[in-house]
Amino acid sequence: MNQDSTNIVIGVLALQGDFAEHIKMLEQCGVSAKAVRYAEELDHIDGLIIPGGESTAVAKLTDEGSAPIFSAIKAKIAPSEKVGASSAFSTPVNAMPVYGTCMGSIFLAKEIEGSSQGRLAVMDIKVKRNAFGPQRRSFESDLKIDALGSEAFPAVFIRAPVIVECGPKVQVLSAIDEGIVMARQDTLLVTAFHPEITNDLRVHQYFLGMVQEYRQAQSTAVRDSQVPEPAQV
Amino acid sequence: MSTVIKPRTGTKLVKEALAQMLKGGVIMDVVNAEQAKIAEEAGAVAVMALERVPADIRADGGVARMSDPELIIQILESVSIPVMAKARIGHFVEAQILESLGVDCVDESEVLTPADEEFHIDKSQFTIPFVCGAKNLGEALRRIGEGAAMMRTKGEAGTGDVVEAVRHARTILGEIRRLHGMPKEELMSYAKNIGAPYDLVVKVAAEGKLPVVNFAAGGIATPADAALMMQLGVDGVFVGSGIFKSGNPMQRAQAIVKATTFYKDPEVLAKVSRNLGEAMVGRNCRDLAPSENLASRGW
Repeated sequence: MNQDSTNIVIGVLALQGDFAEHIKMLEQCGVSAKAVRYAEELDHIDGLIIPGGESTAVAKLTDEGSAPIFSAIKAKIAPSEKVGASSAFSTPVNAMPVYGTCMGSIFLAKEIEGSSQGRLAVMDIKVKRNAFGPQRRSFESDLKIDALGSEAFPAVFIRAPVIVECGPKVQVLSAIDEGIVMARQDTLLVTAFHPEITNDLRVHQYFLGMVQEYRQAQSTAVRDSQVPEPAQV
Repeated sequence: MSTVIKPRTGTKLVKEALAQMLKGGVIMDVVNAEQAKIAEEAGAVAVMALERVPADIRADGGVARMSDPELIIQILESVSIPVMAKARIGHFVEAQILESLGVDCVDESEVLTPADEEFHIDKSQFTIPFVCGAKNLGEALRRIGEGAAMMRTKGEAGTGDVVEAVRHARTILGEIRRLHGMPKEELMSYAKNIGAPYDLVVKVAAEGKLPVVNFAAGGIATPADAALMMQLGVDGVFVGSGIFKSGNPMQRAQAIVKATTFYKDPEVLAKVSRNLGEAMVGRNCRDLAPSENLASRGW
């Protein structure tokens, strides 16, 4: 990470699941991390991670405190829909980067196969929950992921979902026979596997790279807004 | 694009990781599919299938065994959250049957009548993870040494009295605090004294925590009980008889789920604790005859 990373603060949704492992990974990457349980704790963070856990349980926990946290998260992500560019990734301003692992990918998905449970529905993907079956089918394997370099990534899949369909703005970063297991849409990143329980920091570093792009895009936008704008037609 | 190279199932990491995903959650005892659906709807992170809840096992007496596989299949088909099921201590064939049914985790449990008074199951031989109970650090590390991927306090199941769960959590966590940073030359004697594998003692001394996830269990009946255990430092809670032996299971289950997440927030705890109706009728742990004491099963 460059010197820019020192003052980055990443929130980790801490309603249930392995949020402590994500916080540890972020600290090892040299950025600050804080647990987020209430909507007001979303202020002053540069990005958010939604960890692994049980999505049906977490969906019941999102309405405590003064404001429901899902609508607050959505309000910080949703502006991206208005800005969208046609290049591989656009980095819209005011669209907070979010990385979802496993359960996190379920919450970000527009569609969940066979379920209407509460979710953010911001990423143009359709996920299949528990795509591999019961725990005895959970597995670890070494995935080649070009975006992370030539060395294989130790991916751990725990009763994992897969992405079965995705829209044109989604770039597939990794796929296996059963479906897509890592994908990105602008400032949103999902993995079906759990890098936070390994010692490999590369997925977190990739996400922090997205956060830095976002911060740069934001500061550029602030600079541009200080230049007098041409008259509207 | 990428390709999979040799997927490996049932590794230590894969088994321990299931428990990691359950942290901060509530695992609820259920005896049929209907109760399992209520538990899932209330926000349980997993359900524990058993023949009778511990309070009924106490009341009925007799030998308590693994559930009927038919009931477990019905529960597996009714929910999407992980399904755990209990096997008797040392009864590795019950565990083999449970694994073949597709349960996600086996609880080798003192709540059922032990099948072996000397040996526990060799849990490292299984593809699915095991959770086991413990009263102290030595017992926890023996179970982890046998391959348990998750621990829980024993507490005193089926009483609705949290005192034993508190005792076991304080004992285990206190022992870990004393072991953390202990000089290396003292570790072998310490391992001998608590009857624990030396390599695990060294690991806990270095890391200051158990190598696997540690939940509270045995006597948790209210949202405040759950928050108490979380504040003491466990990773999550099991609730057995406390939910379906109470007046309003759905509301109580939801309240305990919220209390386990917002365990440091007394305002939330007060809100969810209001008007919950009758808690389960408790049994004071001090009034139990020695033969009724389930925590003394296993070693």
